[in-house]
Amino acid sequence: MTTTLATYRTPRLGPLGTAAATVIVAAVVLAAIGPALTSADPNASDFAHAYGAPEPGHALGYDGQGRDLLARLLTGARTSLLGPLWVVALSMAVGTVVAIAAAWLGGWLDSVVSAVLEVMFAFPGVLLAMLVAAVFGPGLTSAVLALAVAYVPYIARLVRSAALAERRKPYVQALEVQGAGAVAICVRHLVPNLMPLITAQATLFFGYAMVDLAIVSFFGLGVQPPDADWGVMVASGQSGVLQGYPAESLLAGGSIVLLVVAFNVLGERLSDGRRAPRPGWFPRRGGVS
Amino acid sequence: MTEAILQVEGLRKTFGESVAVADVSFSLRPGGALAVVGESGSGKTTVARMIVGLERPTSGRITACGHDRSELPRSARERRRRGGEVQIVFQDPYSSLDPRQSPAAAIDEVLRLHTPLDQAKRRRRVAELAELVGLDERQLAALPARLSGGQRQRVAIARALAAEPRILILDESVAPLDVSIQAQVLNVLADVRERTGIAYLFISHDLAVVRQVADDVVVMRHGSIVERGPAAQVLDEPRHPYTRLLRASVPGPGWRPARRTISKETR
Repeated sequence: MTTTLATYRTPRLGPLGTAAATVIVAAVVLAAIGPALTSADPNASDFAHAYGAPEPGHALGYDGQGRDLLARLLTGARTSLLGPLWVVALSMAVGTVVAIAAAWLGGWLDSVVSAVLEVMFAFPGVLLAMLVAAVFGPGLTSAVLALAVAYVPYIARLVRSAALAERRKPYVQALEVQGAGAVAICVRHLVPNLMPLITAQATLFFGYAMVDLAIVSFFGLGVQPPDADWGVMVASGQSGVLQGYPAESLLAGGSIVLLVVAFNVLGERLSDGRRAPRPGWFPRRGGVS
Repeated sequence: MTEAILQVEGLRKTFGESVAVADVSFSLRPGGALAVVGESGSGKTTVARMIVGLERPTSGRITACGHDRSELPRSARERRRRGGEVQIVFQDPYSSLDPRQSPAAAIDEVLRLHTPLDQAKRRRRVAELAELVGLDERQLAALPARLSGGQRQRVAIARALAAEPRILILDESVAPLDVSIQAQVLNVLADVRERTGIAYLFISHDLAVVRQVADDVVVMRHGSIVERGPAAQVLDEPRHPYTRLLRASVPGPGWRPARRTISKETR
């Protein structure tokens, strides 16, 4: 009973959670209006300014190819935020549907789904993404799809166990006794009541997806240069780091770290202690509590 | 004797090795009130869950309103028809309602499922049902978290009645309520029975409640029926030692816990 109440109270974010939410909102706003903030073209290189210091109109200076860093950072924010958004949206949608179908129908379907999920746990997301990029050619789309597939088992296992518990609650059983259809019960009652859990999980996974996509892009298998992306920028800034111009890598890397921490903190605050393990490089054991 | 509206024959349910319900038969006449009593674990709730279709019987037959319901429903239509025949009110009022749905919306959802009424008529019907169980406008619009246990239980009863069932199962439905609320709810139930001719199946361990509401009683122990008969007779002159134990366990003036000596006798 108390857990029921706890699940549906509005989560208290606290000062840290509020700060995290502010960071995220600010990043989204900057990504949305970003290009309007600077007149510089993110892809125009001017080798005369390579590694150039900040100057009026170019607040963060230039990268090794003489491109405006602020413009690249702001444009890169778009791909760096949209990529994880797609990963999270796809994996949450597929994971939730699969989990609820398995939990509701039970029997052999549940056994098959659980077995398939176990096998999928064995594939580390980043390695799967790199494999897909190697086979189908590099690019953001294949990286997003591969990561989405790799994340599905994590969300599916968590939602399945929550859906099983929810299904046993009298309010769901009362609807069954009323003769309401399974789809109607799931869509109108089960999923809405699992939304707090799914939202919290999506927030956490957004941060993970951001890191993973940056890793894939860093290795040159995700977003392709010259398109701006924070992962790409960390990679292309490497030579600058060696020559004493760390600005590009630091700015892009710092943005990633800041946002990933923000998503983690916020997801943690929303999750009420129930969370799936981090989809990692290596298969993890350990279940969802 | 009139034709039984609910007939249970040779009902049995096993969970793996353990036998929850061994061999249970009883019938309920239209407009009747039958109580199934017994301690926790006697199998009475499993019987109720089999009747509404939440558990499948291992063997035996359940017939309600002339339709067999021992098997799973074959179509959406049959499922709805069964919903219109037998309804249940569960024990726990806290998880009986969708926490995101107001009582009005919950009752309206049932009306949409079971009746062809338009929105205006459904709203009138929701108001009628609310009045029947004693819920006011504010309570109808509030989310369950803002309602007390007794109010939620009355919502659950109104929701069950919205399907206009011929049989209502009350699975320890008044047990978690405090005594004055319990009396209110029991009055509501008696009132509804008088007005609609609904039949009740009470699942209870509370003999005081049973005496007040039931015409007939069956006593269950370890999955089997040990005694049955009219409520007054079973409760006043119990023949089976287990019924005597149950009766002796009801606190009253001069009551002394006598469990140990009596339970020895029943073995």
